[in-house]
Amino acid sequence: MSKSHPTNESEASADTEELSEEASDEQTAKKTKGAHSVVTALEKAEVEITFGVQGGAIMPVYDALADSDIHHVSMAHEQGASHAADAYGIVSGKPGVTITTSGPGATNLVTGIADANLDSDPIVSLTGQVPQDMVGNDAFQETNTMGITSPITKANIFATSPDTVGDDVGTALALAAEGRQGPTLVDLPKNVTTSETEVEPSEPTVPEAYQVPPDEADPHSVEAAAETLAAADRPLILSGGGVIKSEASDQLREFAIEYGIPVVTTMPGLGSFPEDNALALEMGGMHGTGYANMALSHCDVLLGIGTRFDDRLTGGIETFAPEAEVIHVDIDPAEISKNIHADYPLIGDAGAVIEQLHAAMPGEPDAEAWRDRTMEWKATYPMGYETPQDEAVKPQFVVEAMDEAAADDAIVTTGVGQHQMWAAQYWTYTEPRTWVSSNGLGTMGYGAPAAVGAKLAAPDTQVIAFEGDGSFLMTSQAIAPAVRENLDITVAILNNSYVGMIRQWQDAFYDERRYESEWDWGPDFATLAEAYGAQGLRAMGYDEIPEVIEEAFAYDGPSVIDFHVDPVADVYPMVPSGGNNAEFALEADHL
Amino acid sequence: MAGPAPEDREKPTGRRNSQGIRIDPRAEAEAKPRRTVISALVDHKPGVLAKVSGLFARRQFNIESLTVGPTVDETMARMTIVVEEPEPGIEQAKRQLRKQVHTWSVREVEGAIERELALIKVDGHDPSGVAALAEMHGGQAVRADDEVVTVELTGTEAEIDAAIAAFEQFGVHEVARTGTAALASGTRSTA
Ligand SMILES: Cc1ncc(C[n+]2csc(CCOP(=O)(O)OP(=O)(O)O)c2C)c(N)n1
Repeated sequence: MSKSHPTNESEASADTEELSEEASDEQTAKKTKGAHSVVTALEKAEVEITFGVQGGAIMPVYDALADSDIHHVSMAHEQGASHAADAYGIVSGKPGVTITTSGPGATNLVTGIADANLDSDPIVSLTGQVPQDMVGNDAFQETNTMGITSPITKANIFATSPDTVGDDVGTALALAAEGRQGPTLVDLPKNVTTSETEVEPSEPTVPEAYQVPPDEADPHSVEAAAETLAAADRPLILSGGGVIKSEASDQLREFAIEYGIPVVTTMPGLGSFPEDNALALEMGGMHGTGYANMALSHCDVLLGIGTRFDDRLTGGIETFAPEAEVIHVDIDPAEISKNIHADYPLIGDAGAVIEQLHAAMPGEPDAEAWRDRTMEWKATYPMGYETPQDEAVKPQFVVEAMDEAAADDAIVTTGVGQHQMWAAQYWTYTEPRTWVSSNGLGTMGYGAPAAVGAKLAAPDTQVIAFEGDGSFLMTSQAIAPAVRENLDITVAILNNSYVGMIRQWQDAFYDERRYESEWDWGPDFATLAEAYGAQGLRAMGYDEIPEVIEEAFAYDGPSVIDFHVDPVADVYPMVPSGGNNAEFALEADHL
Repeated sequence: MAGPAPEDREKPTGRRNSQGIRIDPRAEAEAKPRRTVISALVDHKPGVLAKVSGLFARRQFNIESLTVGPTVDETMARMTIVVEEPEPGIEQAKRQLRKQVHTWSVREVEGAIERELALIKVDGHDPSGVAALAEMHGGQAVRADDEVVTVELTGTEAEIDAAIAAFEQFGVHEVARTGTAALASGTRSTA
């Protein structure tokens, strides 16, 4: 439009013409569109992969992306894009980025953004928007993306100028990763991405007002906390997702092992402490192990690190760790005493604070008797299930068989339901960033698209998705991009022909009225997988399990295994919602 | 799954209150609500007010008033929020506010000077009576129309409540109030 090559001014002398041509060349070299600034900002932040779906309002950004080395993965649904980005963020530690259009392109992301928000996962959503002069007019594919996403983002930014849009994207990337991680969004009106600018985006930074939490906690508080912990008779560590997010798993291991303190993990904290260590009591809470919940209920000092004391973990507040003085390490001051009063609030980065505590410990707690008690609880309340060979396959067995066959560092993604809980309980997590799940929001359908994002973040690592038949049905279209990208992933469906977790609750709390929970009308998943171009497998009995797992693992590309499992197996132990962790049920009669 | 039933297990003895505080026999009672004024300096940008009010609404904080206005620095706005909440709630509110990316500082205003502006449209059958009452309450009648007199008043929330109650004797047609603005006293900074 505004190309300034002299065309009609041929009257100009040869000299001046040459000069002005030089000048204008220089100008066109500097002038780019807002969309290019968006892409430049992504490149400056070393974004390598983006996920999304095209659409009118975002087309300028896609057009600019065509000239970039960034690998864009078109997903079949924006929800899948957001989960893929979320998993990418969890596995790589760097923000996962989505690029989608306005209106439905933005609203389809909402579930994924809310999911990332509850799990503090770093994702950046770039959404197209109608041109600014049409905003508010109910234009085609206009939705108030800022308004809708405000409560579920750490920050969202409405880009207003091609000169600043690159910085807006940089800010969103920086904010998603800085401090307590979380989702951010930049809404990109089409006129902003199509207008010209000469401004290069600067290095990504967080807004000046943003309070960057200190790495180290107040040393006096650390000292007091260390003294209390060292004097404890029944010390316990509760390790949350923050330990993984801050790369503090090594420090945690050293600390727990040196001072002989048993460790319970939250669900997002799975993998932060190796479950094959004698001090590991594994996951606590609603479907946590009996020994983890006994330890939580009887400890006298509880060191919670990077956890928000979610209600699925605490059960009823009144009965949570009722005898414990609480030391709470968190990077977000707003988490301190939100749910559980912190007697020793330590605000800082998990790794740095663990090191501070380590240095401040006056000695080792005298906790041998307590450790013995935790070992007794392990013996008294063992995790387990029976496998009568003439009955349907137990879903827990499938999880263990997969774990046995898979690489030690394999990454597990999950859907939501019973299968998620079995995947949490019966897989042995030993490394951080190997548990990739929808912990806080409980989003059915998370597993398959998350496997896509996880595999792209860690191409050399094995990725396994545990899904339910109901959950997989919600996002099975993610297999299409997995086939196109030739991602070597395995989706294991624990197919019980029920939305099993609902059926379990109906049996337990609704007089066994299994209303609308029988899902025997789903597709044949092996055939569905083949239709997508993936390898489809099926296992009906115990004897078929080793073979299908081997086939799936041997196949270079996505495989889907439809495991037909016991339709009425239940997840235990269970602490009913709001219940007392010490009173976990081991069977229906205990509820 | 193996193991003794819940009633056959060893039981912890302690308890927490609903605020997650370990119950200490000395202070078993739950905290009582307290009224306080919170002041926040935020970036003067669109969306910040919506975000903050959304935040308070979601947590069902008991807000008496929330006002926003410019400050001496034109890039910033001051929010003044009057809440009545039990102790952990007030602390939570401050922390949630502080963690917003556009918030510069947050404080509970100690020894606050609090004022609110009200416009009160009073029935005009006795204009001089209305004017006299307005003066008594430190305000003034700012406009007399055919049937109503409009009074302007500033004062603390309680003073304005009292004034409005007093004007009821003439009949009050409409009231518009601004909510509380507050500054810390002396050289102490507000937020
Ligand atoms: C998007 C969404 N909708 C509804 C629910 C409620 N919900 C939780 S678990 C569950 C059943 C899941 O069934 P399935 O995927 O078959 O897994 P299973 O429990 O049988 O392992 C449902 C409907 C949810 N968590 N997410």
